[in-house]
Amino acid sequence: MPKYDSWKDMPIAGVIDKPATAREYNTGTWRIMRPIINKDACINCMQCWLYCPDMAINGRVKEDGKTEMLGFDYNYCKGCGTCAEICPVNAIEMKPETEFLK
Amino acid sequence: MPTRLAVTGAAAVAHAMRQINPDVVAAYPITPQTPIVEYFAGFVADGIVDTVMVPVESEHSAMSAVVGSAAAGARTMTATAANGLALMFEVVYIAASMRLPIVMPIVNRALSGPINIHGDHSDAYSVRDAGWIQLFCENSQEAYDMTIIATKLAEREEVLTPAMVNLDGFITSHGVEGVDLLDDEVVRDFVGIWEPKYPLLDVDNPITHGPLDLFDYYFEHHRQQQEGLKNAYKALPEVFAEYEKISGRKYDFLDLYRMEDAEYVMIVMNSAASTAKYVVDELREQGIKAGLVKPWVFTPFPKKELLEALEGRKAIMVLDRAMSFGKEAPLYSLIKSALYEAKDRPMIGSYVYGLGGRDVTPTMLKVPFEDALKGDLDPNEERYLGLKE
Repeated sequence: MPKYDSWKDMPIAGVIDKPATAREYNTGTWRIMRPIINKDACINCMQCWLYCPDMAINGRVKEDGKTEMLGFDYNYCKGCGTCAEICPVNAIEMKPETEFLK
Repeated sequence: MPTRLAVTGAAAVAHAMRQINPDVVAAYPITPQTPIVEYFAGFVADGIVDTVMVPVESEHSAMSAVVGSAAAGARTMTATAANGLALMFEVVYIAASMRLPIVMPIVNRALSGPINIHGDHSDAYSVRDAGWIQLFCENSQEAYDMTIIATKLAEREEVLTPAMVNLDGFITSHGVEGVDLLDDEVVRDFVGIWEPKYPLLDVDNPITHGPLDLFDYYFEHHRQQQEGLKNAYKALPEVFAEYEKISGRKYDFLDLYRMEDAEYVMIVMNSAASTAKYVVDELREQGIKAGLVKPWVFTPFPKKELLEALEGRKAIMVLDRAMSFGKEAPLYSLIKSALYEAKDRPMIGSYVYGLGGRDVTPTMLKVPFEDALKGDLDPNEERYLGLKE
C-alpha cells in the first residue's frame, strides 16, 4: 500500500486506485514469533510450503527435479507457526521476535 | 412547456425521478414511502424511463444494492421511511463513507415504538451523523425541486456525498397539491450526464472499493468526508442559483418568512412551516412582529446563516418533531449552539410538537409566541405542544 502523509493526498473513500497493491502490504509486521530453519535437519519435503497460509516459504525445483526449501519471506510471514507444527523432522523453531530486536 | 399537475407529494417525487432517469433504483415499499416507488415502478413498466428497477426483500438489501450499483458507476436512487431507514442504517453509513452520490427521498415517519406510521422527524434525526446531505421540504413542490437539486449537488466532484430529501409522511406524501413540473429536457440538461470518479465497471482501470481501513487511514477518510460536506455547503448557493435560472424558484439554506423586522421568531422544518406562516400572518395583523425561519438545509448545518438571521431578535422558539431522550431536542440543541457566538443573544425556548403525526393547529403554534410575548421562555425547559398534560 502506498504511504500517504496527508488526508488531502489520498484517494477518497479508501478506494485503491490501482491493482495488485496487496504486494506492497507487508503483513510480516504483525509477527510476534519468527520461524527459523535448521537446514542441516531439513529434508526438503516442502510440507511447510504446502501448508503455509501466506505463501511465505521460499523454495525451488532443482535441475535434478528435487525440491529445495530456501527459507522464509519475512515481509509476509505472520508467524503463525503452522510450518513448525507440520515439519516432520522438527527442523523449524519458532523464536520470539524480541530476540531479534536491535 | 412547463406542466402543472395536481398530484401527491409522492407522485411529485416520482416525476422528478422520472425526469432524472436514474440508471438503477432499488427499493422496498414501506409506508408512507410506498407510493413513490409504486409510481416510479409504473414509469419503468411503461418504458417511460430506462431505469433498472431492483425489487429487493428488505431495506437492508435495498441500500446494499444501491451501494453496489453506485460503486459500479450507475446513477442510483432509492427511497424509504422510518423503520426502513433504520433497517438500512449500517449501509447508510457505508454509502457516505464510499462517497457514492446516491439520492434518497425520505418520507418522514415516526421511528417506532410504540408502532406508529405517521409524520415525525425521528427517522431523519436518527441518521443525522451518517454523513449524508439532508434537505427538508415544506410541500410537494419543494420535494420535487429538492430531488433534482440533490442529484446535481451530490454528484459534484468536490462533494461526492449522498443526499436525503425529506418530506413529511402522509401530510406531504399523500396530500394532493398543484405542482409545477419543469420540461423533461430542462431537468435532463440540468442534472447532466453522471461521470463517476471510480467506476468498478471500468475494466481498463481496475480499482478496489470498500477495503479494510484500520487505524492507518480511517481517520483521514473521515476528515475527507467532512471536507465533502464543507464543499457541499459552499456549492449549495451555486446549485440553488442554477436551479432558480431554470425554474424561477428561489431556494436558500433558510426560508426566511417576514423576517426583515421580526422580533419573535419561530423555527420549524417541513410541513408545519405552512401552518406557522399562517400564524405569523395572523400575529402580524395584530401588530406583533412575528417571523419564521424554516431550514431547507439541515446537513451541512447552516450555522452562520442562522446566527445572522437570529442575532438581535427578542425571542427564538425552536420546534422539533422528535425528541432526543435525556438531551435537548435535536434542532433546538443545534440552534442553541449556533447562537453561542451571538453578541446580542435572544431569549430561546424549546418546543416538541406533532409526534407520531399528531395534528398541528394554528392555536397550538400560537402558544410559543404567547410565551415569548410574556417573556416566559426558559432555555432549559422542553415544552410540549398538544400533549395531554
